[in-house]
Amino acid sequence: MISLRSEGRAMGAVISRNFSLIRRYLGWEVVFAFYNAVNALTIALIGLAEPGPGQGERVLYLAIGALLWNFLSVLFFEISNSVMWERWEGTIEYSFMAPVRRITYLLGVCAYAVVYGLARTLVVLLGIFLLFHLPLAHADIGGALLVLAAASLPFIGLGLLGAIMPMLSAERGAQATQVIQGVLLLVSGIYYPISVLPHWLQTVAWFSPATYTLTAVRQAVLQGTAPGALLATVLGLLGAGLILVPIGVWAFHIAERYALRTGKLKRNG
Amino acid sequence: MLAIECVDVAKSFRPEGDSPFRRKREKVAALQGISFAMPEGECFGILGPNGSGKSTLIRLMCTLLLPDSGQMRVFGRDVVTAPQEVRRLIHRVSVEASFFKKLSAQENLDYAAGLYGLDRQTARRHAQEILDRLGLPRAKYRAPLEEMSRGQQQKVAIARALLTSPTLLLLDEPTTGLDPRSRRDVQAFVEDIRRDYRASIVLCTHDMQEAQRLCDRVAVLRDGRFIALDTPEELAAAHGGGQGLEGAFLALTGEDPNDEEELDA
Repeated sequence: MISLRSEGRAMGAVISRNFSLIRRYLGWEVVFAFYNAVNALTIALIGLAEPGPGQGERVLYLAIGALLWNFLSVLFFEISNSVMWERWEGTIEYSFMAPVRRITYLLGVCAYAVVYGLARTLVVLLGIFLLFHLPLAHADIGGALLVLAAASLPFIGLGLLGAIMPMLSAERGAQATQVIQGVLLLVSGIYYPISVLPHWLQTVAWFSPATYTLTAVRQAVLQGTAPGALLATVLGLLGAGLILVPIGVWAFHIAERYALRTGKLKRNG
Repeated sequence: MLAIECVDVAKSFRPEGDSPFRRKREKVAALQGISFAMPEGECFGILGPNGSGKSTLIRLMCTLLLPDSGQMRVFGRDVVTAPQEVRRLIHRVSVEASFFKKLSAQENLDYAAGLYGLDRQTARRHAQEILDRLGLPRAKYRAPLEEMSRGQQQKVAIARALLTSPTLLLLDEPTTGLDPRSRRDVQAFVEDIRRDYRASIVLCTHDMQEAQRLCDRVAVLRDGRFIALDTPEELAAAHGGGQGLEGAFLALTGEDPNDEEELDA
């Protein structure tokens, strides 16, 4: 019981620390939110470039891509860069020599990333609603949110896998997480159907959870597909999460042992 | 009971810049055949030139490194097989006061207390008591760490370590780079800790006077090996040539400890 309370406090400490950092870097947070919103709006505006029927749906198609990518990329970035951030501040040794289970520390990082990602996405959503009149009469928002919730799990798993990179190599690790994020952006059909990709890239797209997330959310919002019809995708995403999260935690453990063996945990390692 | 038992510990590293994707270069030995036993309640000093392996030894004690061979136990717990148990007993103050620099002392200490499962309000009261004793102005408590002097940051680092009531305190050059007054404050506080908390202390330092004042025994580390281990008085008598512990350090390592400190600072 005491141990459970201790682990809860440790998890809360990680979340609270990150929100305190947001408060201290508030200027940057405003700039990031502004840039995200403007970026999403410019992408959605492409949908207005071609006049004629279906214009609203085109804007909605692009807006969904921008919103989902905003959430999933923030989720991936925050988790995968948690180690790099601590290395940069020089606090990683202090966090890792505390008697807290690593899973607790990682759960804290993930919980913060979900809340922070949702908040950032909400700002973008607000911007889109202010600028566009979106045809949402047939949209099944509940179904879209269900898919989004299920998609969080595999992205948390991918983020955990990304988080091990900075432990393997301080600088190159951080670069590697950017490359992973870039590949996901390219292949997942964020702003276009994956059918426009070269065939070999389409094969890569099959392995991205974002591909299935976007397809299902677009079905829910653009075609009003009911949650029941999206169940296969939701279960698939949950299944992918149930595989990727434990793999991510296990890989993190292995990478930490490697860092402890080779001395790569320290700041300039 | 032994606070630390170290038996034939060795640790080596590949040179920095090596990546898992390149051809491996030869490993460099950081520690070789380190053996010693430190009784509970002792203040054990480690002296040595830069790169002699002091910080590596401290990192092994606080489970931040795994030894290549040998055994190290902290209060009977093996640092490799029972790291979580060891972590509950230790804390460390390193030469860099590693904090989230934009966060205040209070926010950093809240985070540290939370990681150790401590109640936030109780931890805040305890931290305030420690910082008062260390002479940190209360107005600084809510200021970002980046606005504090190095001496003030180091005092917060000591508060962070003591907040968790460690049985073994690992001090890795805690006074390096501090002004004389902050240095005296920290040294006096280390004496208080020994008296009030009965903590066992490992102290790495370049300051011979500090070692003389605080340590019961001192080990001299050179090229990853202990080349001497005795009380400061015995070391000075055996190797000092009338120059005290500083003379002994010079004779044993061939280096001037004051040069080392300037380099570190």
